[in-house]
Amino acid sequence: MTRTATTSTTTGSGSGEPLLSVRDLSVTFGRGRRAFAAVDQVSFDVRPGQTVGLVGESGCGKSVTSLAIMGLLPARGNTVTGEVMFDGQDLLRLSQEQLRERRGSELAMIFQDPLSSLNPVVPLGVQVAEVLQAHKGMKSGPASRKATELLNKVGIPDPTRRLKEYPHQLSGGMRQRALIAMALACEPRLLIADEPTTALDVTIQAQILALLRELVTESGTALIMITHDLGVVAGLCDQVNVLYGGKVVERAERHDLFSRPRHPYTGGLLASIPRLTEERGRRLNPVPGSVADNIPWEGGCAFAPRCASEVEACRSTTPELEPDRDGLGPDRLLRCHHPLEENPLDDIRTHQPEDTEGGPA
Amino acid sequence: MSTATRESTQPQPGSEEDLLVDVRGLKVHFPIKKGVIIDRTVGHVYAVDGMDVQIRRGETYGLVGESGCGKSTFGRAVLQLEPITDGEVHFDGVDLSTLKGEKLRTHRRHMQMVFQDPLGSLDPRQTVEQLLLEGMRAHGMARDGKAARDRLSELLTAVGLPKAALSKYPHEFSGGQRQRVGIARALSVDPQLIVADEPVSALDVSVQAQVINLLGDLQDEFGLTYLVIAHDLAVVRHISDRIGVMYLGSLVEEADGQDLYDEPLHPYTRALLSAVPVPDPGVEDAREQILLVGDLPSPANPPAGCRFHTRCPWRQETRCDDERPELREVQIEGVPGSHRVACHFAEQIASGELAMHSVEAVEDEPYWAGPEPDEDVDSAGFAARDMPDTGG
Ligand SMILES: Nc1ncnc2c1ncn2[C@@H]1O[C@H](COP(=O)(O)OP(=O)(O)OP(=O)(O)O)[C@@H](O)[C@H]1O
Ligand SMILES: Nc1ncnc2c1ncn2[C@@H]1O[C@H](COP(=O)(O)OP(=O)(O)OP(=O)(O)O)[C@@H](O)[C@H]1O
Ligand code: SF4
Ligand code: SF4
Ligand SMILES: [Mg+2]
Ligand SMILES: [Mg+2]
Repeated sequence: MTRTATTSTTTGSGSGEPLLSVRDLSVTFGRGRRAFAAVDQVSFDVRPGQTVGLVGESGCGKSVTSLAIMGLLPARGNTVTGEVMFDGQDLLRLSQEQLRERRGSELAMIFQDPLSSLNPVVPLGVQVAEVLQAHKGMKSGPASRKATELLNKVGIPDPTRRLKEYPHQLSGGMRQRALIAMALACEPRLLIADEPTTALDVTIQAQILALLRELVTESGTALIMITHDLGVVAGLCDQVNVLYGGKVVERAERHDLFSRPRHPYTGGLLASIPRLTEERGRRLNPVPGSVADNIPWEGGCAFAPRCASEVEACRSTTPELEPDRDGLGPDRLLRCHHPLEENPLDDIRTHQPEDTEGGPA
Repeated sequence: MSTATRESTQPQPGSEEDLLVDVRGLKVHFPIKKGVIIDRTVGHVYAVDGMDVQIRRGETYGLVGESGCGKSTFGRAVLQLEPITDGEVHFDGVDLSTLKGEKLRTHRRHMQMVFQDPLGSLDPRQTVEQLLLEGMRAHGMARDGKAARDRLSELLTAVGLPKAALSKYPHEFSGGQRQRVGIARALSVDPQLIVADEPVSALDVSVQAQVINLLGDLQDEFGLTYLVIAHDLAVVRHISDRIGVMYLGSLVEEADGQDLYDEPLHPYTRALLSAVPVPDPGVEDAREQILLVGDLPSPANPPAGCRFHTRCPWRQETRCDDERPELREVQIEGVPGSHRVACHFAEQIASGELAMHSVEAVEDEPYWAGPEPDEDVDSAGFAARDMPDTGG
C-alpha cells in the first residue's frame, strides 16, 4: 500500500472531517397546495474513504437526494433548501458553471437509468473520451487510449470495438459498466452510485463492487451507495440510512442494522427478501400497503397506515430523528414512537406467517 | 436411472407435457457492419447461438446468466421481436415462423413482454391511460367507454397503483411505479405468456416482494406462463419451477428449481452461486469472495469448443478447447434426468476426480487477473479476496 495514510487505521469506515455534509436538505416539487416534499430535511455526513448507504422504498427520494447534491435537478418546478457542504463550500450556492467544473473533476455520479444518461447518437468511446478531455484536460489520442483501458477495467470485453458502438447496441449491463467507466475516469473525491449494479449479473457485480471498494479504500473516495439490494448493503456500506417518505427514519452501522433493526419499516424491508436458505415459493412478506397510503409527516408518522407497531402518538406527533433511547450506540438514530424490540427475522425463521397481502388489492 | 427415461427429456411438440413454448435450435446473429458508403458485413454477434427451451403451460421458467450472454435477445426472439437466424419457435403448437401479418399479430396478443428498462420502454408522451388503452384497442378489446374504464381500474388494482396514476406520464413515477405500469400494460391484452426481462431488478425489496407475490397471484388467477429473465439468484430460485443458466448464447445447465442450488454441476453455475451477495454482514465479512478470472469473451468472437473454457478452472485441453459440449443428462447418483448440463467433465468434477486448477488469462491481461501483493491467489485459479474489514 503506497497510497495515503488516511485509510490505514479505520480502513473503509472513513476518517477525519466529513467531505460532504448534507444539512436539512429538502426538495419540493410543485407549488402551493400541490407542493410535495420528495426530500424532507435530510441530513447526513460522508467522510473520505467512507461508504454511506441510502436504502428505502421506491419513490422515497433517494435519487432526488443525489440529484440535488449534484445540482442536476431540472431548472424549473422544484425548490431546494438546506445545505450541501462539500469541502467547505455549499454546493447549493454554486453557479451552474462552477458546479459543472466540480462535477467532472471531484464529484461523479453513476445513474440509475443507463440508457437515458447516455447520448444515443454518439458512439460510446467518444462519450467516455469527452469526459476525459473535458475534465482531465487530455488530448484526444491519450483520451481514447485511456477510454479503452477504463472499459477493460470495468470488464467490458473487446473494448476497442465497443468504443465505436452506440448505446443501443450494448446490453443493459454493458451500458451500466460504461457509465461506471465514465465516473471512474475522473477519479472523483465523491462518488454517488445510484443502483450501480442493478442491471448486472452476480459475477460482474462482484467485480464492480470490488472496484468500488478499492476506489474507497485506496483512493479515499467518499461513496454514497444507493441500492435496494440489502446483500450489497451488508457487504459494502459502513453506515446505512433508511429513508421513508423523504425522511431518514433510521441510521446505523451495518452490523447493528441487520442484527437489530429498530424501525418497523427497516424490519419490514429485511423480512421481505427472498433468501437462498428458506423454503422456495413461500409467500413473501412485503410491508403491507404502498407509499400511496402515507399520511403527511406533519402531526404524525407517514408510515403509520402501514405499521403494525402503531401507537396513539403516531397519528398526533411527528417522531424526531433521535439517538436510540435503548442505548444501542451513539451513531444509531431512530425516528419512531414505538421501535421494534425483536428482530422480525427471528419470527420468520420460526413460523410461517399467514397470508399477509402486500399491495392494496 | 434407466436409459429409457432419457428419451422423455426431449418432449416433442404436442406431447402430453402440454408445452406452451417450444424453442428448437434458436439462433439470433446480428451483423456487424463497416463502411461509410457501402455497408459491408464484417462479422456477426452470436447473441443467441443454439437455444433449446421447452416451457410447459402454467410454469415459470427462470433464465439467468452473465450480462450480455443473450438473455434479452432470446426473450425478444421468442416473441418474434428479433429476426431469427435459425431454429424454430413453437407457441401453443404453432410454428411462429409460418405466421405472417394479421395472423402473427393476433398471436402476439398472447405473448407480452415486461421490460428491463421501464423508462426506456414507455412512450414518454403518453399518459398511463393512453399507454394501457393503446394495446387493448390494437387488439380490438375494450371498445366502449365503460368496458375500457372498468378494465383500466381492474388493471390498476391488480398491479397496486392508485387511480390517479391514469392521467400521469411515465417520468412522473419512480422506477418501481413505472414497472407496475409496465406489468399493467402487458396484462392489458390478456396474454398467456409473459416474458419478463428483469421485472423486479429496479425495485427495492419491499416492492419487489409485492411484485413477486403479484406475479404469482396473476399466474394463479389467469393461468399465466412466465419466462422470467433475472440476475438475482435468490429471486429466481424463489419463483421458478425450472431454471436455465445461459452462457454466451446457449444453455450450460438446466434443472428444476431447487436441484440447481443443491447441486450445481456446471463450473460456471458453481462460480455464479458463490458470488451471490447475502443480506447478512456476518456472512459477507467471513466469506472468501471468489472472483472469476478473465472476463466474458465477446459474443462477436466466441471461443471454439466449450465457450466457458477461457475462464473454466476445470478446463481439460483434450476436449474443452475444440469440442462444444451438448446439454445432456448426467449419470450421477441422485441427479434426476431433468437436470442437464453442457460440460464434458460434469461427472468427474462432481466426483472430485478432476480438481480445479489455475486459469491463465488467455487474452490481454484482464484487470482482475493481476494479483496484488496482499491478494492471495489459490491453486484454484480464483483470486480469493478477503473483504476489506469495513467494520472499522
Ligand atoms: N421531476 C419530477 N417532478 C415531479 N416529481 C418528481 C420528479 N422526480 C421525482 N419526483 C417524485 O419524487 C419522489 C422521489 O423520487 P426518487 O426518484 O428520488 O425516488 P427513488 O427513491 O430514487 O425511487 P426508486 O427506488 O424507484 O428509484 C417520487 O415520488 C417521484 O415521483
Ligand atoms: N440490435 C443489436 N445489434 C447488435 N448487437 C446487439 C443488438 N442487440 C443486442 N446485441 C448484442 O447481443 C449480445 C446479447 O445482448 P442481450 O441484450 O441479449 O444480453 P443480456 O443477456 O440481456 O444482457 P444483460 O443481462 O446485460 O441485459 C450483446 O453482446 C449485445 O451487445
Ligand atoms: S412512529 Fe409509530 S407508526 Fe411510525 S414507525 Fe414508529 S410505531 Fe410505526
Ligand atoms: S467442458 Fe471443459 S471448459 Fe467447459 S465447463 Fe466443462 S470442464 Fe470447463
Ligand atoms: Mg431512484
Ligand atoms: Mg438483458
